[in-house]
Amino acid sequence: MANTENITSLRSEAWREELRKSMKAKERTDIPRVKMPELAPDVRSRNFEEVNCGLTVEQALQESKRCLDCPDAPCMAGCPVEIDIPTFIKNIERGNLPEAAKTLKATSALPAVCGRVCPQEKQCESQCTFLKLKKEAVAIGYLERFAADADRHCGLDPQSPEKEPNVGLQSDVEQGIAGQARNDNQVEIAVVGSGPAGLSFAGDMAKLGYAVTVFEALHEIGGVLKYGIPEFRLPNAVVDVEIENLRQLGVVFQTNCIIGKTLSQSDLDEMGFKGIFVGSGAGLPNFMHIPGENLNGVLSSNEYLTRVNLMEARKAEADTPVWLGKRVAVIGGGNTAMDSVRVARRLGAEQAMIVYRRSEEEMPARIEEVKHAKEEGVIFLNLYNPVEYIGDDTGKVKAMVLQKMELGEPDASGRRSPVPIEGATETIEVDEVIVSVGVSPNPLIPSEFQGLEVSRKGTIIVNQDTLQTDLKTVYAGGDIVRGGATVILAMGDGRKAAAAMHKQLQTSYQLPVTNNCKLITGNW
Amino acid sequence: MNKILKKDALSENIVQLEVEAPLIAKARKAGHFVILRVGAQGERIPLTIAKADAQRGTITLIIQQVGVSTRHICALNVGDELTDLVGPLGKATHIEKFGTVVCACGGVGTAPMLPIAEAMHKAGNKVVTVLAARNKDLIILEREMRQFSDEVIVMTDDGSYGQKGLVTNGVEAVIQREKVDLCVTIGPPVMMKFVSLLTQKYNVPTVASLNTIMVDGTGMCGACRISVGGQTKFVCVDGPEFDAHQVDFDEMISRSKAYN
Repeated sequence: MANTENITSLRSEAWREELRKSMKAKERTDIPRVKMPELAPDVRSRNFEEVNCGLTVEQALQESKRCLDCPDAPCMAGCPVEIDIPTFIKNIERGNLPEAAKTLKATSALPAVCGRVCPQEKQCESQCTFLKLKKEAVAIGYLERFAADADRHCGLDPQSPEKEPNVGLQSDVEQGIAGQARNDNQVEIAVVGSGPAGLSFAGDMAKLGYAVTVFEALHEIGGVLKYGIPEFRLPNAVVDVEIENLRQLGVVFQTNCIIGKTLSQSDLDEMGFKGIFVGSGAGLPNFMHIPGENLNGVLSSNEYLTRVNLMEARKAEADTPVWLGKRVAVIGGGNTAMDSVRVARRLGAEQAMIVYRRSEEEMPARIEEVKHAKEEGVIFLNLYNPVEYIGDDTGKVKAMVLQKMELGEPDASGRRSPVPIEGATETIEVDEVIVSVGVSPNPLIPSEFQGLEVSRKGTIIVNQDTLQTDLKTVYAGGDIVRGGATVILAMGDGRKAAAAMHKQLQTSYQLPVTNNCKLITGNW
Repeated sequence: MNKILKKDALSENIVQLEVEAPLIAKARKAGHFVILRVGAQGERIPLTIAKADAQRGTITLIIQQVGVSTRHICALNVGDELTDLVGPLGKATHIEKFGTVVCACGGVGTAPMLPIAEAMHKAGNKVVTVLAARNKDLIILEREMRQFSDEVIVMTDDGSYGQKGLVTNGVEAVIQREKVDLCVTIGPPVMMKFVSLLTQKYNVPTVASLNTIMVDGTGMCGACRISVGGQTKFVCVDGPEFDAHQVDFDEMISRSKAYN
């Protein structure tokens, strides 16, 4: 899929060969992996400041030296959007940050976001050659974040593209389109949902010369990046800059508009949209359907995080209220559970507990979030599963009954499945429970769009290569196709769908900016 | 975008706003609601669409001042804009020719009942409306409801207008005198509970439009969840109307006090 020829030629550029020779491999592998500076746990567990402070310039330079610039770059295979990892890292090493940022932006719409929230240990960093040498992987995520942040702080992001001094492949395209009023020749494209899948799709399509309108049901753009992931992990300001970049590319955002409700499928057709990308996500929270789950004080992590992040209920001046539990249990072991439990701690919980039915090893959360949660005083109750919540006489939760579990045989997915230990239950006092046991696809589009093929689980079925649904003009990607997955996979889907839709539309319409197609040809 | 074109006081604490919202006005049906937000720090609150004019591109919202957000909304004036307005949300009312339909509404619950009575009336039903409130001043939309009703029975707790008594007294009188094919009830949860208990006794199918706490209104959080026939349902996407005889009203009443 990746443009191997281009990557090989970049690797053989003179500066890069020189850089490789400037240090012995042994010297590079002997450098210890950088430690990200962080706020102290006792300080940060009482505020919503970003925990990871970002690498210093010295640290980033040092870490970039660790990368061996492997000829086959195995790390790239671990990245869902195949960022040219060695190229961006070697540009950091030679001190050319604009080039590093440009490399990132060639394949990723939101590098400052992904550098922060990707589970790198399961993706790019899991393939790093250093692991074979029994060393810690190169900190690719930290470096990605460093380059994207430096770019943003130095004003090199194409917020004002005409000021961008480094005009490369991508910038040509951006310059051509940015700030332009839409003209009648442009083919209109609709995007349903402004989460990572929709944003990444919108960015690519705008660069290709389409007139893109993104429809969002909520009053803020960004999907889970805004309502879900808290400020201490992903500041909203970082997301807003990326959204502003898309606006500069000509993308129009329409908030408070629910496709399927405010506008129907036929409304979109009448409005002249020639292609629709559905990135409506998996926003439907799962509950366990156990006794007491509807007691007051028991809520989904979606509700909890939406109140705190999107509605800013943590602030005194906000009208939206939120429970301030003192003994808070969060049920689940994913990133959403970690976010919820760390929010609870920051809102003053004396005891913030994770209740997870498997052992820590099986937890799907990022290792770093688990580590941070522990440092912040979160209590981990592994191999426990709630079976009932008990309320007081006002209907408020006061305790949970936990079933003790043990690990049995591996299930179909290879994970050892939790089995209840008969008779082993414990009752623990709690005054708030946050249920974080996964999400299901948003049913709105599948139920409102006639003729979409949908799986038993409610995901939209697409052609795996093109992400086209069985409605020819409708493409879909991200969690609405995958169920609850990751930001970077959603972004990868957005890119893939953009390339495929462009290919389809090119044959149907005279596209005004075909010269811009070089952005994608070769890459896909 | 969502400018207020008209503002009327319906009673001391109840305000009627006509708001510019062309897309919602065009798409909405009886039973639908909207979520709105006033001010940068505002919360999202649900309100039923009382009337809509697709030609003018407007919807009418009726708001009783009960807390911070409704106070902010009621303080808005003609020319002001709502910060955010999204809809239409929820499932539309199931409308068909049932026969005789009793619309039992209490207080500001008359506002969401208005489009339902209208649609039931247009579908050829005989509509008997029971309008109930604590006192005369809190009876709203009587003239509008009369337009779509074959009969209107007014009940007040203190007897200051119409008959003295509760909504259930009015409904029971109708059931005792003629065959009722459907009862629709909207009002405070306690009122709907007692209407439901009454109609259950007489085996009259009953629909209640529920007004729970909501955040997004699109099914992504479950703040509005209730138990219906032992199953958890989200009022914003599965409702707001449910078979009243299946609803766990005690749980709903308890959940509605969550943030009090």
